[in-house]
Amino acid sequence: MTYALGRVASAAGVLLAAFTVAFLLLQALPGDAVMIRFENPELGLSAEQIASVRESYGADVGLLAQYWHSLSGFLGGDLGFSVASGAPVRTLLGSAIPSTLLLAGLGFVVAALLAAALAFGAILSPSGWLANVLRSLPSLFVSVPVFWLGIVLIQIFSFRLGLISVIRPGPLEALILPVLTLAVPISAPMAQVLVRAIDDVQAQPFITVVRSKGAGEAWILLRNVLRNAALPALTIAGVLLGELIGGAVVTETVFARFGVGRLTADALDAQDIPVLQGIVVLAALAFVVVNLLVDLVAPLIDPRLKRRVHA
Amino acid sequence: MSAQQTPSPAPVLDVRGLSVGYGGGRGGTTQVTHEISFSVAPGEILALVGESGSGKTTTAQAAINLLPQGGQVLAGSIALDGEDVTDASASRWRSLRGRRVGLVPQDPGGSLDPTKRIGDSIAEAFRIHRAAPRRILADRVVELLERVGLDDPVRRAKQYPHELSGGMKQRVLIAGAIALGPGLLIADEPTSALDVTVQRRIMELLDDLRRESGTGILLVTHDLALAGEAADRVLVLQGGRVQEEGTSEVVLGNPTAEYTRRLLADAPTLATPVHRVARTEADRAPDEAPVLAVSDLTVEFGGGFLTRTPVFRAVDGVSFAIPRGTTHALVGESGSGKTTTARAVAAFQGAASGSVTLLGQDVLALRGPARRALRRQVQLVYQNPFGSLDPRQTILESVLEPLTNFGLEASPGARREHAVAALERVSLPAALHRRRPRELSGGQRQRVAIARAIVLHPELLILDEATSALDVTVQAEILRLLDDLQRERGMTYLVISHDLAVVRQIADTVTVLRRGRTVEQGTTAEIFASPQQDYTRDLIASIPGGVHP
Repeated sequence: MTYALGRVASAAGVLLAAFTVAFLLLQALPGDAVMIRFENPELGLSAEQIASVRESYGADVGLLAQYWHSLSGFLGGDLGFSVASGAPVRTLLGSAIPSTLLLAGLGFVVAALLAAALAFGAILSPSGWLANVLRSLPSLFVSVPVFWLGIVLIQIFSFRLGLISVIRPGPLEALILPVLTLAVPISAPMAQVLVRAIDDVQAQPFITVVRSKGAGEAWILLRNVLRNAALPALTIAGVLLGELIGGAVVTETVFARFGVGRLTADALDAQDIPVLQGIVVLAALAFVVVNLLVDLVAPLIDPRLKRRVHA
Repeated sequence: MSAQQTPSPAPVLDVRGLSVGYGGGRGGTTQVTHEISFSVAPGEILALVGESGSGKTTTAQAAINLLPQGGQVLAGSIALDGEDVTDASASRWRSLRGRRVGLVPQDPGGSLDPTKRIGDSIAEAFRIHRAAPRRILADRVVELLERVGLDDPVRRAKQYPHELSGGMKQRVLIAGAIALGPGLLIADEPTSALDVTVQRRIMELLDDLRRESGTGILLVTHDLALAGEAADRVLVLQGGRVQEEGTSEVVLGNPTAEYTRRLLADAPTLATPVHRVARTEADRAPDEAPVLAVSDLTVEFGGGFLTRTPVFRAVDGVSFAIPRGTTHALVGESGSGKTTTARAVAAFQGAASGSVTLLGQDVLALRGPARRALRRQVQLVYQNPFGSLDPRQTILESVLEPLTNFGLEASPGARREHAVAALERVSLPAALHRRRPRELSGGQRQRVAIARAIVLHPELLILDEATSALDVTVQAEILRLLDDLQRERGMTYLVISHDLAVVRQIADTVTVLRRGRTVEQGTTAEIFASPQQDYTRDLIASIPGGVHP
């Protein structure tokens, strides 16, 4: 219990730090959204009018006051208003999250399946060269840029083969290519870690003992190796979530999907700081929650970690 | 123990003319064993004895068809319970393993699945062979745990491996191996990772099993004394060939092969006469203060203010003194605090209280340059030289390094000369000086580690299980080298060892430690001739090949 509370406290600390760093970095950007939108000479606003707009956005007070203002707002669930559109950031995020969650969730599941398929293929493959090919695939995958893969997939499957329509696709059809684009680079490090972990466990003396009791390879892999190899794979999966968030930004742009990624790109263009601030905290929250879950699940997989938990 | 000669029972294992090789393919095959023949009768213990590279483990692995990748039987036959299994299929072997032949592994620490409960690990054999209905599995597991002498079996079955000691884990592994009542157990160095008192109890358990259940046991060991004590018959292997075979009494008592005689001479037991000349008063100046004096040393771990872990006292009020030119041994089982004491002497570890006086200086109070200067006077040699030598340095560079670090000698040329002299002193010829650690044998690497220590001309050499990982013949050479060096240079040794037979050969005085406390202290001759404490008596009685009352 102490362990869980400690993890939660440190997760909250990470969130606060992410908020603060994002706030400082965004403030340090030259210019601001108010200036971009209202100091346009075509609008013909006077200096006093601009000053009153600044005041209404709370942009005229000191840095510390602004920090406190937006922090207390965030804690109360008020994420502020978009400077570019005037809509509440909460509404904007709320409309973007479901589609990104679907894309990222599916991408993650497909990546995990792909990684498991690669790892098992490499381990169980009867022929040496096939195992070698499967073992070297992840290195190839890891070096594929997301935007390039997306464009190549569209070229091949949509334009050449005409298998998947890019213009007004059905809801399911629209997900296939983006999910693949997102999954391939994420699956690579997972597969690498899993193969390595399985190799390490296979070399442990207890595997020889199980074999000496008459177990076959499939029994050993499923009942002994997998659980022991799961922990490193789980840990890397938590870390890869960050990559998933970054990948979603590129993927949504390439496939013109609406979601948090697109929202990020648009907000960056417009230097819409309240929206960016909201997105950073959202991403940090997702990252922290997933890694918290990983930390809480790990002792269930490996009982040796429980000792540290109870201590 | 005497052989139980029943009139020609069918052997549980019969190996005829077995040759095993590794490799194949382009590299060609390297043959590692040559026409080995033996058989194990029901209820018999046969020991395969040899040093590393003798082919003892390879032969045992072939008997359960668990040779490592690339290993193959080149010639000969293997029969289990009269069935020729030399060319048996993989699936036939799977049904034989566990039922006809079981394995007791070397390292109990890594041989249980860390994510499985003890009970589940033991039940695995039943599950694999679908040999018992699920509802009675738990009862069978408890029966087996009782059979191997574990207390509170119901609770143990629910525990995980990391909650058990090494000896308990080995009992669990034996329970798992005998679950389906195989006629043959292969025990590959089953006790070499265990403390000596635990070793004795595990060997007693194996002895009970063969007597009560008629299990034949193929015991693989490097320890001739252990083999002689536990086995009915002994097979001595060297370089993959049988050197000698016979009943334990004959092989140990009246060996015919030259190699067996050398093994027996090099492996110290309590029956071996001590060759070393004990250091006497005449060897040192009478009024000289001891080189090292440890007084009431206490070392504690844990007890952090925030973590609220209880304080663990690793060393508790230990005192001893070593006069110049003599050897003092700290002996004890794992967790006795012997290594922690040595670390405090070398100023690698602080102390809660007490004092360590080396050459008149208080080690525990020294800081900075003074402590660094003191380190020159204290050098360490560890159990595993492979881990303490930089794999990318040639051995000459390794020996030069401490000279350079301390800025000794005037010129690089003089340093090199000095390092070469040190390597030659430990009998490493110039041809080897450019090699890297992995290109040397275990004994040669340990010589490098010694050269690296003596090149600084230290006053005190700490030998932490320095010969424990070596074959007995190599161990004997290293011990002779250390003895010569001590006499030549008047060095003082602090020896840390779990092996009392070795300690008896090399130490002048002994401190027996248990759980951080001194159990007994005295000259080596006194301690071994008339131990005063039960614990010391138990330790001495546990040494294989000892003289039993």
